[in-house]
Amino acid sequence: MKFQQIDEYAARLRPETKASVHSGSKAGHEKRTKVLFDHFIDPDRLRRIAGDIKQHVVENLDTYLPAVEAKLRANGVHVHWAATAEAANEAVYSILQARGARRMVKAKTMVSEETELGRFLEKRGVECVETDLGEFIVQIDGDHPSHIVKPIIHKNRREIATSFERHGLGAYNDDPETITRRARVHLRHKYLEADVGLTGANFVVAESGRIVLVTNEGNSRFCLAATKCHIAMVGIEKILPRDRDLGLLLNLLARSGTGQQLTVYTEFISGPRGPAQPDGPEEMHVVFVDNGRTDVLASECRDILRCIRCGACLNVCPVYRQASGHAYRSVYPGPVGAVLSPLLAGERFPAMADLPKASSLCGACNEVCPVNIPIPDLLLRLREKGKREGSDAAAAGTPAMGGWAVMASQPFAWKAALAGGRIMNVLPTKYVPVAALQAWQSRRTLPTWRGGTFRTWLHDRRKQQSQAGSAAPRN
Amino acid sequence: MLNHDRPPLTERRVQLMATCLCDAFYDDVARATVEVLEHLGVAVEFPEGQTCCGQPAFNGGDWAASRKVVRHTVKTFAGSVPVIVPSGSCAAMMFHGAPLEFEREADLPEVEALGRRTWELADYLVNGLGLTSWPGRYDARIAFHRSCHSRGTATGEAAQRLLESIPGVTVLPFGEGEQCCGFGGTFSVSFPTISSAMGSLKLEHIRAVQPDALVSVDMSCLMHLGGLADKEGRPIRILHLAQVLRDALRQGGLLG
Repeated sequence: MKFQQIDEYAARLRPETKASVHSGSKAGHEKRTKVLFDHFIDPDRLRRIAGDIKQHVVENLDTYLPAVEAKLRANGVHVHWAATAEAANEAVYSILQARGARRMVKAKTMVSEETELGRFLEKRGVECVETDLGEFIVQIDGDHPSHIVKPIIHKNRREIATSFERHGLGAYNDDPETITRRARVHLRHKYLEADVGLTGANFVVAESGRIVLVTNEGNSRFCLAATKCHIAMVGIEKILPRDRDLGLLLNLLARSGTGQQLTVYTEFISGPRGPAQPDGPEEMHVVFVDNGRTDVLASECRDILRCIRCGACLNVCPVYRQASGHAYRSVYPGPVGAVLSPLLAGERFPAMADLPKASSLCGACNEVCPVNIPIPDLLLRLREKGKREGSDAAAAGTPAMGGWAVMASQPFAWKAALAGGRIMNVLPTKYVPVAALQAWQSRRTLPTWRGGTFRTWLHDRRKQQSQAGSAAPRN
Repeated sequence: MLNHDRPPLTERRVQLMATCLCDAFYDDVARATVEVLEHLGVAVEFPEGQTCCGQPAFNGGDWAASRKVVRHTVKTFAGSVPVIVPSGSCAAMMFHGAPLEFEREADLPEVEALGRRTWELADYLVNGLGLTSWPGRYDARIAFHRSCHSRGTATGEAAQRLLESIPGVTVLPFGEGEQCCGFGGTFSVSFPTISSAMGSLKLEHIRAVQPDALVSVDMSCLMHLGGLADKEGRPIRILHLAQVLRDALRQGGLLG
């Protein structure tokens, strides 16, 4: 492979897709910045505090997880633990089987994308309908989300209108309001027919056992309105210590993710329907999913488990904007994905070790992260891991550094190279078979080689200064 | 970040880390750095054995190769005086990158000690020497590119402050200033499509404000942006901050 896979993907990207991704992410970033800095005197301080809270959770998961389980059980919730994606899907399926359930409505959850729950259930004859509008469109297209918060950021409304027409949801119409209304009518029936509603969780509070969900479409509420059983599929890192931590985290999540002060709907669910409550699911399950997270916890990159899936790092990332989410070949794209996906890949790490290379290390991701994850440092750690493990994917297009290191640690060799480099000024560099030189020149000119010129100048200056100094009259 | 707990400055004596790019391509930037510092009465030593900060291999993932070069750099810049670098990127390598790759090495303390006394030039002028403005004259409309390695450091603000204070200089804000130029070290050659697309976007924003020159504290960004503009057949004038400061002194008659 001549260059990095993600770069080659970007080179092939359709201009319309690139335009959608670029404008969508740029707008998201600008809204985020405005709403954060308009409302808070020092958003960076808030990001650091939120980061400390989440890091505390990550460092103390071993005590928080049993505490959460006890609280949830006390609240009447069934708790399941799933070490792998398959175990998580099986846990959901066995709940459905026990109830004889055939139809499920589902709110947006990234962890279910990880486990490919929808495909798993449909193979077993369970209808599994995505109810988030973006995810619904992804589902009818047989596509994958390309953004954590805006799954269809890569599509424009004309493409969506075509998908709706193909799926039998009315004649072609690319008016967003019409599209939304048609989806709404279609989904209302699905809500009423469903046996089980499945959601994720943005936060699970250890203190109270509360599950917190944020949406803008209210679809997670509908998922739980007519169904008798609620299943929440949750990554084990989603815990917050105290209810009052929600004040900070919810404020940061909405602002960072969608540029809103708060999402339109924020749900606090503390268990199945109580005797005094007229409706709501009578049965509630939480499936805690590990799926590689404890390996991440044991690694030098555990800080990534702070992530609250807001997508701000995708929006600001210049590489994501050029490459789109699908370039990352994984559920989590962008800077967070470039760290998380190779780590979650487990034994497949070497095949995914090019993802951490897809960054100019500009640091914008760290600057916008609501939990202040040092993403560039983590990318660097993973680059080192990729190199150490001899990943071909990571090595593609990257110049070897061994010879350079020898030269740059021996002053004589370095000075010789400074002088010798002048040959570059007369060589037809277009034809010199050095990949890095060719890649550079395919897009940019090379400056003139002036190796050693500064040293000569300084040497002459010092000579003149010392002559002037000795010639100067002494007192 | 390590450069936040730097030892106080006691004398005007420094070591210059010229950077490999200035050593190989941009000698006038290193010259200007010397002239600016000496104009301020700072004695400048140039450790002859210096090569590179080690960043290319660090960013490329080859930490073993990088550590070899960093160890050489630590040895070359022995002593206790501040090390001044006309590059935010190389400075950040010394106070942030190198300690990261030496985390589990026995000589981490030496590496950290070098990091603590390493200053990017503008940061040294403003926060080390306490300058609040720059004298002389420089008649130009300048687009200032805040290079990414200055994020979270005092460099960007320091450089902007000096530039804005120079009589005759207008600093022009341009769109999406916080976005990266697309250089990124080895990224520029292993991701040529994305790297150049990022650079072209940056150039579009810069050209829109019609500056006389594009100024930065990092020649790596400028080499990429300048080379890209050349290749597009629409060259732009690139200048390092040190060159602007030196030329302002000259045009103000303060320097021969």
